[in-house]
Amino acid sequence: MITRRPYEEKEERTGKEDENLESVEMQEHTLREIVLPGEMVAEKKGRKLGDNVYEEDDKIFAKVVGISVVNENEIKIIPMAGVYIPKINDKVIGVITEVGISGWTVDINSPYISFLPVSEGVDEFVDTNRMDISRFFDVGDVIFCKVSKVTKNKTIRVSMRSLGARKLYGGAIVKVQPTKIPRIIGKAGSMINLIKTKTGCVIYVGKNGVIWIRGDNNIKAIEAILTIERESHTVGLTDKIDKMLGGSAGYAGVGYASSGGPSKESSQESKQE
Amino acid sequence: MKSYAYDLLVNGERIDGRKLEDYREIEIEPGIIKNAEGSALVKIGNTKIISGVKFGTCTPYPDTPEEGTLSVNAEFTPLASPDFEAGPPGEDATELARVVDRGIRESECIDFKKFCITPSEKAWSISVDIHVINHDGNLIDCAFLASVSALLNARVPKLKDEQIVRGDYKEDLKVLHKPIEVTVCKVGDKFLLDPNFEEESAVEAKLTVCFREDGNICALQKQGSKELGIDEIKKMVEIATEKSKELRRLLPKS
Amino acid sequence: MAKTEEKLIVNGKRLDGRAFADLRPVRMQVGVVERADGSAQVSFGNTEAIVSAYGPRKLFPRFMQEQDTGIIRYRYNMAAFSTSDRVQPGTSRRGIEISKVSRIAFEPVIFLEDFPVTTIDVFTEIIQADGSTRVTGINAASLALATAGIPMRNLITACSVGKVDGELVVDLNGQEDNNSDADVAIAMIVPKEKLTLLQMDGLLTKEELFKILDMGRDTCKKIYEMQKSAIKEAYKPKPEKTEKTEKEAKTEKEKNRKVKEER
Repeated sequence: MITRRPYEEKEERTGKEDENLESVEMQEHTLREIVLPGEMVAEKKGRKLGDNVYEEDDKIFAKVVGISVVNENEIKIIPMAGVYIPKINDKVIGVITEVGISGWTVDINSPYISFLPVSEGVDEFVDTNRMDISRFFDVGDVIFCKVSKVTKNKTIRVSMRSLGARKLYGGAIVKVQPTKIPRIIGKAGSMINLIKTKTGCVIYVGKNGVIWIRGDNNIKAIEAILTIERESHTVGLTDKIDKMLGGSAGYAGVGYASSGGPSKESSQESKQE
Repeated sequence: MKSYAYDLLVNGERIDGRKLEDYREIEIEPGIIKNAEGSALVKIGNTKIISGVKFGTCTPYPDTPEEGTLSVNAEFTPLASPDFEAGPPGEDATELARVVDRGIRESECIDFKKFCITPSEKAWSISVDIHVINHDGNLIDCAFLASVSALLNARVPKLKDEQIVRGDYKEDLKVLHKPIEVTVCKVGDKFLLDPNFEEESAVEAKLTVCFREDGNICALQKQGSKELGIDEIKKMVEIATEKSKELRRLLPKS
Repeated sequence: MAKTEEKLIVNGKRLDGRAFADLRPVRMQVGVVERADGSAQVSFGNTEAIVSAYGPRKLFPRFMQEQDTGIIRYRYNMAAFSTSDRVQPGTSRRGIEISKVSRIAFEPVIFLEDFPVTTIDVFTEIIQADGSTRVTGINAASLALATAGIPMRNLITACSVGKVDGELVVDLNGQEDNNSDADVAIAMIVPKEKLTLLQMDGLLTKEELFKILDMGRDTCKKIYEMQKSAIKEAYKPKPEKTEKTEKEAKTEKEKNRKVKEER
């Protein structure tokens, strides 16, 4: 079954490479200039246009306030702000808002609504004429899922057919600016792992700016996350967070792993329906 | 989806065969509304607008105790177009009224100081009400012609014991200047005048310029969702200058 | 409004001591409304505007949604206490017109096609009015939109230029605005020298108008640099927050407030 935290996953193109890069860029931007909309980033020279740039007269310009990333293949901007715009293969945390006949409407913290079809949410065969699918997911349920399709007019489909996708029980949800997620995760997960270790909480981080936390010390974890969001440009943030959490050692109580893998819980959760 | 007119206009052609700088046929009928102190119906092609001038009395503003007031209002009546809805004026009607107002007011074509009845207590208030009867494009130019034409045939009512005697007139309203508004439109790199409804949906940017007969510009308003370069604006002002002289000749004699 | 008999230009200078091409003191700050996606507070002399930008966000009612593009909604409003005679709260015809032309000032630059079905909402509050309010609002709205992460081709920069006592001047204050021979509002894309807003009332010769367009362009160039600095300042890496730096920030704040009171 599920053995690894989704954002550590390596099989699919998760954009983890991007995350790593974005996190590094965010930290190193202390040394780099922010570009503004309308500022020229680079000459095109046959390269691909990445996110948040536009082209004019063979020159590439920024569309948003952010940090430019220019390499030999692609030119793009990592934005400093902005709402979550779903992209295919993003791992996100959503909340079920409507139970339909053939699927569920999921709020993924975006101006665009997403839909989870029955076929993407449940492994077994479901006769939608007979069965009320709320027995699988009901209004208010929190799920960790993947964006599986984005149409031109931004109709979104999500799917649970992904390693690590699951329903999340209990816990608390924190919403942050989606652009701060890479900083919260940290280089190779260093920041989020620090928080998990020191608070003993189970934490899932969605690319859509939604973070789910469960544990006795979840307040400390939430404080840490909000501090990172607020002070992401500050120097010495990692040390500050370390100090903030210094007082609480991992809480190894019943049912909650300290830095633990979901593998321990999955047996717990499959019992909770 | 771009209107078919767009493809024609970027090539300098028009559906009805006009040249880019030609207006459609203009007809001005002054004095058609008997109960208004001044009025005019103006047709530019199929666009039809009636402007009515009504005199009322008001208390002068405290800082101008001997001056009358002017207010301009525009109604985009629902009968005039499937796109117009009943209700208070929306942003387009409000904008049109205020652009016409500025053209009339800033050209100083009415001397407000002549409208004092009793200093600080009573003065004439002039209302110009613009009603669109059929919307086939170029509403601002048509509304302005109608409003100025209405002022040109307006008469000041008699006052008896400080009450207005309707239907009985003291004198003609003195109109000191004859302002004209010309709206220049841009499609692609072409400039055109007097678009009809279909053409107007293809227009990318517009500049309305109001001229007095001495060549002074008394109002400017840019509309449309595309930007205009400074040189383009200068060119549009030149086009409008020439055309305004032509249009002024059509105004009824005061 | 009656024109004053008082002279507004004395000995080649304006009543507040400015040269014809001088701006009033300008202050720009972003991030002042924490709940908004982007926000800014901008003042030119005593004219002050606070602007919030939200979006892209869901648009209701649904009939307003455009399937292939987003829309912008812009609301310009003057606070009741912003002027010497109280402004009646609620919509006014002037507010409706200014909202429309301000929205149109941004339409050429926002990548609305990137956000079908959604809306970008801009709310401009003029909290203190001393002339040139709509252009102050537009300058602040640019900052709010940029810091909200809304994709744009360029910032929009705005200023007022006018004719006062026969002289062409920039950035009219309230007294100059009310007594001007002509008053022009301009918004433009500075790097391209293209205008997205142009309004004028008063009396000008064609030559004066053309000169004013050039003065507007030069003034907007200066304001554009200030806008860019204001945004970059907000994202500058900040030193660690210690007790000492907190104290220093507090004294700085006190100092700024005292400067404001003395003005």
